[in-house]
Amino acid sequence: MNDQIIEALQAQFGEEGVYGVGESHGILQVTTAVENIVPMIHFLYAHPVFKFQFLTDLAGIHFPEAKGQELGVIYHLHSLENNVRLWIKAYAPIEAPTFPTITGLFATANWMEREAFDFYGILFEGHPNLTRILNMDEMDYHPMRKEYPLEDATRHDKIDELFGR
Amino acid sequence: MSEIALVNSPNVGLDKTQKGGPYVNELSTLNLGPTHPATHGIFQNILTMDGETIVDAEQTVGYIHRAFEKIAERRPFYQITTLTDRMNYCSAPINNMGWHMTVEKLLGIEVPKRAQYMRVIMMELARLTDHIVCNSILAVDTGALTGFLYVYQWREFIYEIYEEMCGARLTTNMGRFGGMERDFTPVAIEKIQKLLKELPAALKEFEGMVMRNRIFMDRTQNVGGISAERALNYGFTGPNLRAAGVDYDVRAMNPYSSYEDFEFDVPVGTKGDTYDRFLVREEEMWQSLRIIQQAMDNLPEGAYHADAPHYYLPDKQDVYHNMEALIYHFKIVMGEIDAPVGEVYHSVEGGNGELGFHLVSDGGRTPYRLKFRRPGFIYYQAFPEMIKGTTLSDAIVTMSSMNVIAGELDT
Repeated sequence: MNDQIIEALQAQFGEEGVYGVGESHGILQVTTAVENIVPMIHFLYAHPVFKFQFLTDLAGIHFPEAKGQELGVIYHLHSLENNVRLWIKAYAPIEAPTFPTITGLFATANWMEREAFDFYGILFEGHPNLTRILNMDEMDYHPMRKEYPLEDATRHDKIDELFGR
Repeated sequence: MSEIALVNSPNVGLDKTQKGGPYVNELSTLNLGPTHPATHGIFQNILTMDGETIVDAEQTVGYIHRAFEKIAERRPFYQITTLTDRMNYCSAPINNMGWHMTVEKLLGIEVPKRAQYMRVIMMELARLTDHIVCNSILAVDTGALTGFLYVYQWREFIYEIYEEMCGARLTTNMGRFGGMERDFTPVAIEKIQKLLKELPAALKEFEGMVMRNRIFMDRTQNVGGISAERALNYGFTGPNLRAAGVDYDVRAMNPYSSYEDFEFDVPVGTKGDTYDRFLVREEEMWQSLRIIQQAMDNLPEGAYHADAPHYYLPDKQDVYHNMEALIYHFKIVMGEIDAPVGEVYHSVEGGNGELGFHLVSDGGRTPYRLKFRRPGFIYYQAFPEMIKGTTLSDAIVTMSSMNVIAGELDT
């Protein structure tokens, strides 16, 4: 099934549109460009065989080292009929982290996207109500980004060198 | 802030003492929560009401947000178990085991059969407590307090079994990577047998009191319904999805921890209303008992944990007398053990649905990114759609039957 999905995706979006193909502990993953997300998810949703019609999860992620594509979104789709899971990943630069919304297709994406916005500052274009969800409205930063260390950096009992890290 | 305000009232400025005037609709705003006794948790709903009918609802969540995903990025893997306890605290062992299985998948640890069966028993006990809480509280919300008292003592009893297994009752921190921290004690086995023998009678009594009760049926049937299509679109999982008629159960679809060895049914409803959710949970309790019975009957002999010294804490006796055990003990406790690079997703059937752990590891001692897929967070957003057009009292039982748990909602 996984090979068929890749074949179909590459036929639809071209070899250059579907990259980073891999399998991690049984789950297929592909990476694509931001502008391909909505067409790809719609394609997989409407496909007569694959029927990826369940959005399991949507996770933001931050890679400060990857210049130009620091912020990412992982779409976790599940085809309940075939029992196949798929991760679609896309990345955008941190200066303009704009992704299209998929709330038009999945009602459940509403809060998931709000959560990704809240914690990573990822902007979902076209989202009906893109406001913070778990943090307070007055917060002026996006706390899950890697530049915000969890603990006070001046603490001396947790210096990594002392532990040979 | 529980005030009733008039919104866009066309009656402002009118002389209300005058009789026989034209009837004008007035919408009022009602704050349900954040700390309302009937919502069983801290979340707010700002309801727009037309008389007693709900026109719209606006939800506010995050009152007990504790930044678990951020904290997890700084903690060694074994210390994250205590965070998972505090998500759905009504069925903490399921969360613990789900997390252990996620890490075991990443590390490639094979768990012995006995430990897998023990985990199944503990997870099903947790499901029992979860459903006992949800269903008996639903009965309380409709005015039937007695049934709640009868089954709640069995939840208490299951907590005693937890205590026997891990020393804790609510936030259990049960199990370890590679298996369980200790074998079943004779007392634990005795208690599980007692539960298997005596809980059915209590459950029957509860069902006899509530299930065909006219008042209960009137309060719950055709209330807060959702179609299968909308439920899937909203990402429903677990009993709430099955009540709508979709037989998706992670235990049956992607068996983990030897669930494929057991025979059990996946009950489904037809309408997806509050009564169906109640019935599905009731039937799942019977199925849980069935699974526990099978697991106890066929409990394999052997080790209760894997031979994974890098990740599994050695016996305390060995730590005092055995150099290697001391080294591993120190390294594990200090969180000095690196995990392999990888990305893994594992999901278990939690009390409320598919509880998923999406773990990205960069090879360090802590996760690079850990995303919890909390079923409660995902399906609670359908609440306004489900209560539109119903009354306030219907909204209360709908929320109760969805089993929205604030800890899970807000991580």
